[in-house]
Amino acid sequence: MSRTALLDASDVAKSFGAVHALTKAQLTVAEGEIVALMGANGAGKSTFVKIITGALKPDAGHVLIRGKQAHVGNPAEARRSGLVPVYQEPSLIPDLDVSDNLRLTDTPVDQFREWVSKLGIKDLKLSAMIGDLPLATLRILDLARALAVEPDVLLLDEMTAALPTDLVERVLKTVRRKANDGMGVIYVSHRFTEISELCDRATVLRDGMSVGDLDIEPGVEERVVELMLGQKIDIGQRQILQANGPQTQTPRLHVQSLAFEPSFSDVSFDLYPGEVLGVVALEGQGQDELFEVLAGFDRPTSGSMEVDGKPVHFAHPADAIAAGLTFVPGDRSDALMAQRSVRENIALPFSARLGNWGPIKLRRERDRVAYAVEKLQIDTRAQGEVQRLSGGNQQKVTIGRWLATGVETLLLFDPTRGIDVRTKHQIYPLVRELADQGAAVLFYTSELEEIPLACDRVVVIFNGRVVDVIDAADADEQTLMRAAYGLTEAEGVA
Amino acid sequence: MSGTIRKHSWVMGLVLLLVVLLTITKVIQPTFGASGLESIARAALPFAFATAGMAIVVIVGGIDLSVASMMAVCAVTAAVLMERMAGVPALLIVLGVGLLMGLINGLLIVVTRVPDIVVTLAMLFVWEGVALLILETPGGATADWLEQAIRGHFLFDGLPKALVVIAVGIAVVWLPVRRSKLGLSIYATGSDELAAFRSGVAVGRTKVIAYALCGLFCAMGGLSLAALTGIGEPVPGPYLMASVAAVVLGGVVLGGGKGGLLGPIIAVFILRIIRTILTLLAVDPNVTTIIEGTIMVLVVMLGTAASLRGARR
Amino acid sequence: MVRFGRYLRDNPIIPLLVFLFLMIAVLEVLRPGIVTPFRAGRDGLISTFWVGNLIKFAIPLAMLAACQVLTMLTAGIDLSVGVVATVSAFVCATLSAIWGVTPAVLIALSAGLVVGVVNGIGVGLVRVHPLIMTLGTGLIATGCLQVYQRLVINAGTEIPAFLSWLGTGRTAGMPNGLFVFVPFALFILWLMRYTGFGRLLFALGSNEQAAKLSGVRAWQVYLALYVLSSFIAALAGLLYLGMIRQTSLSLANPLLLPSVAAAVIGGTSIFGGRGSFAGAIVGALILRVLDTMLTLMQMPEGARTALFGLIILAVTALYVRITGTR
Repeated sequence: MSRTALLDASDVAKSFGAVHALTKAQLTVAEGEIVALMGANGAGKSTFVKIITGALKPDAGHVLIRGKQAHVGNPAEARRSGLVPVYQEPSLIPDLDVSDNLRLTDTPVDQFREWVSKLGIKDLKLSAMIGDLPLATLRILDLARALAVEPDVLLLDEMTAALPTDLVERVLKTVRRKANDGMGVIYVSHRFTEISELCDRATVLRDGMSVGDLDIEPGVEERVVELMLGQKIDIGQRQILQANGPQTQTPRLHVQSLAFEPSFSDVSFDLYPGEVLGVVALEGQGQDELFEVLAGFDRPTSGSMEVDGKPVHFAHPADAIAAGLTFVPGDRSDALMAQRSVRENIALPFSARLGNWGPIKLRRERDRVAYAVEKLQIDTRAQGEVQRLSGGNQQKVTIGRWLATGVETLLLFDPTRGIDVRTKHQIYPLVRELADQGAAVLFYTSELEEIPLACDRVVVIFNGRVVDVIDAADADEQTLMRAAYGLTEAEGVA
Repeated sequence: MSGTIRKHSWVMGLVLLLVVLLTITKVIQPTFGASGLESIARAALPFAFATAGMAIVVIVGGIDLSVASMMAVCAVTAAVLMERMAGVPALLIVLGVGLLMGLINGLLIVVTRVPDIVVTLAMLFVWEGVALLILETPGGATADWLEQAIRGHFLFDGLPKALVVIAVGIAVVWLPVRRSKLGLSIYATGSDELAAFRSGVAVGRTKVIAYALCGLFCAMGGLSLAALTGIGEPVPGPYLMASVAAVVLGGVVLGGGKGGLLGPIIAVFILRIIRTILTLLAVDPNVTTIIEGTIMVLVVMLGTAASLRGARR
Repeated sequence: MVRFGRYLRDNPIIPLLVFLFLMIAVLEVLRPGIVTPFRAGRDGLISTFWVGNLIKFAIPLAMLAACQVLTMLTAGIDLSVGVVATVSAFVCATLSAIWGVTPAVLIALSAGLVVGVVNGIGVGLVRVHPLIMTLGTGLIATGCLQVYQRLVINAGTEIPAFLSWLGTGRTAGMPNGLFVFVPFALFILWLMRYTGFGRLLFALGSNEQAAKLSGVRAWQVYLALYVLSSFIAALAGLLYLGMIRQTSLSLANPLLLPSVAAAVIGGTSIFGGRGSFAGAIVGALILRVLDTMLTLMQMPEGARTALFGLIILAVTALYVRITGTR
């Protein structure tokens, strides 16, 4: 424990407007140490990574590398001070070849070649265009480029996601060997198997704070899961759910072996009228793309969808809407016209079809908007511009749009992300109520504790596949978290 | 590797098309030879420089709508200066003026954070006004040696001086840039701004330099305009649309990061020869303008469609 | 500062009107009696002739500015309006002499529509940037006009009488053009505010993703928009023909830059989602007064062009600064 701290980030805080992304985050990496940085979705991990790598300036706290203040606000400077990041999205220039990419970052070619072959890529041509190479290769090249400059601290951000197993093995082995030579490593990942294989220690973030520092030893997973969940804030009584609607009728939405390569490869489920079907997945398991395919933004690469027993093919969201599938995206800025009024935002679908381009039926519009506003208790004091509303109220507007239009099948993607507890409380009963009135709701949430409050059943997606379907009655957070981390499967094997 | 082949195959295709068009010209007009080539090269001069400038800003991920206006400013500056002072200092001043205008465009884009297309649209009018302020009606005079420099042949018949001027002018500026880290930064910025930033590229500075280079090429274009006409003409010519079309046809993708300068320059000659062929076929020059305009619009439309398809994947 | 900026953005008309009257006051100082004849020893408190003239020349400009406001709402622009107006005027004047007024007017308007359809296809379906697309069609249309001119070179021209009446006649001191312009302006204001189509223009410019999410097929809107824009431009060309009573191959082209400037001054954001036609009308009036002022100061043509360009840039940069949005 007397080893020198290569990286010492302490008391780091960062706010974006009213949102406190980080309040008190810490991370130390000693020489030769591999530290896992863990946290559930929205815990502030990505903001912390940005600060450590110099892409963002913290509001408070400091980041020291070898005891010296790290340069911030400029990734090039952070690189020079000894910290090199490798991201899930490789930062290689697609339209340049390999050697030009090395030249751009002043990377010594010989060392780079050496690392590339150590990492198991044999026949790399330096004249190959980055844009022509597969993603897996790019990750390896990005890693080799980072290792070639002999960094003090290497930061790996989810870089093993969607990498073939043999390559993952080789990456882990190489990183381990490098650490034995004294390099420090920060390993950001969701994957327990890799973490237990590779890391010495895990730092857990929750709600923008470092809540624990654990040595990796057998059985540590349970403890990490507990830390990530934390002391449960009482967000409401668990509702007693009766199974809504007999499951013998035709499903509203029948999804069979749906795939959208490379994001998800095998998703099947049935969604019945009167049911809220939860979706549980870690970040980046294909759920974003699944919702976009269901909403008509993308065409699936294979598989089929049926609505009320009839096969459907969507070429445009308008087709999905015509089939009754309405989508509330996770990012409110995708759904809202920030500078327009609440009324215009809610009424937008009314004018969408060519037949409705004429005079607006003002009374009908006012009534429908008023209905949605009242139903959702939207605070209309600042209704002139949606961007002046609070996040919660903005989210209500995006849901209200479909309430005013009439809901058949609602695709809710993380509707409670970043909004206040009070609003959350209004959204769960509303979702239940819609289902009770006969709507079918698909509900993805990044906050597991919401699942039992709103859902009847849950599908768990891991690595682009449905790995489990759980009844809400059995869906306590531990079970869900373990399923989301793909742990049930691993145990079954072992 | 396959990327380089692809890149070169596009240029090879363009060369092939050029040869085919030249053959057609020869078939239509059996007397077509060195002098015909010379006049095509001369007519292509301003287009080539405008296209080179446009290509660089498109590669960096922007667009410059003010190329024709900057050329007009440089042409009238040259005509006014050369009436009063020695040729070489005047030439250098004009090149400096071009560089300065490009620099101003780039700085305005980076500093005001107004999108390039809007800034350069406004600057299109500003530079046009400046040209009119320098010279209200066509006038002034250019040095004789400037006119001589682009007329006739170099060393032997069949190698037009104008072609040499294009090759030397572009090579002197572009080759050192292309070979240096600056060139890499230009391609990196246009290809993926975030990855470029993470790789340590000073994105803003790179953009400003790219626009400044565009201004420099516009100065060469303006000089060649002055040399062609012997006077300064303050009203901008049809170089904006032509340069965008040549850039797209030349394999530089709107949106940035791809292509080089060779393709667009060959594309300029292709567009010029099509005009020559139409003229030889005794097509009304006005109809030729329509056909040319239609070709250019179609090229841009196809290029946009192709780049959108590429981006979607 | 931000709040004040927001206020101005929400209610551009009030400061614009203040600015307009300020400009008129400056003009009066520069040339006493031009607006208030009594100061120059003539009769009348306000010169209806001057005011009528101001309005008369602002009308075609305001109509072309309507094209820019509508297209800018969707973050577009229409640079073909000058050419379209010219084509329509030229076709009308020449065909009136051959086939009579009614077919001439109809053909002139449909010539504009053709350009609009091409623009709409390019912008809406192929997704070419509107600036490049409309610039290209303008170029082609100019070429077509030159060819057309040689076909009808011997036919002579005739300005339809009712266009002359609209363009140069006055009723109670005010230009007859208002008989067209007032209903036109009311229609545009109504279109922007009270129709589904108007809502979609704002929606596409505010957030095309959100519009798509709500089931809007954007290409339909773009196609209709650019056709409408060209139709307005053709209409403005006819009015302008009656006003100038001459034909030329570049008749209305000089109105292009001021039409963009008028829209931008009037509070329309070139980035889409925000715009006001009422503001553009005042913007057109301001530009007319500014024009008079520059003429009085014997400002050369070049300075005028450069100044208009700088105005567009400055207003846009200010907008970015105040709102922090693009």
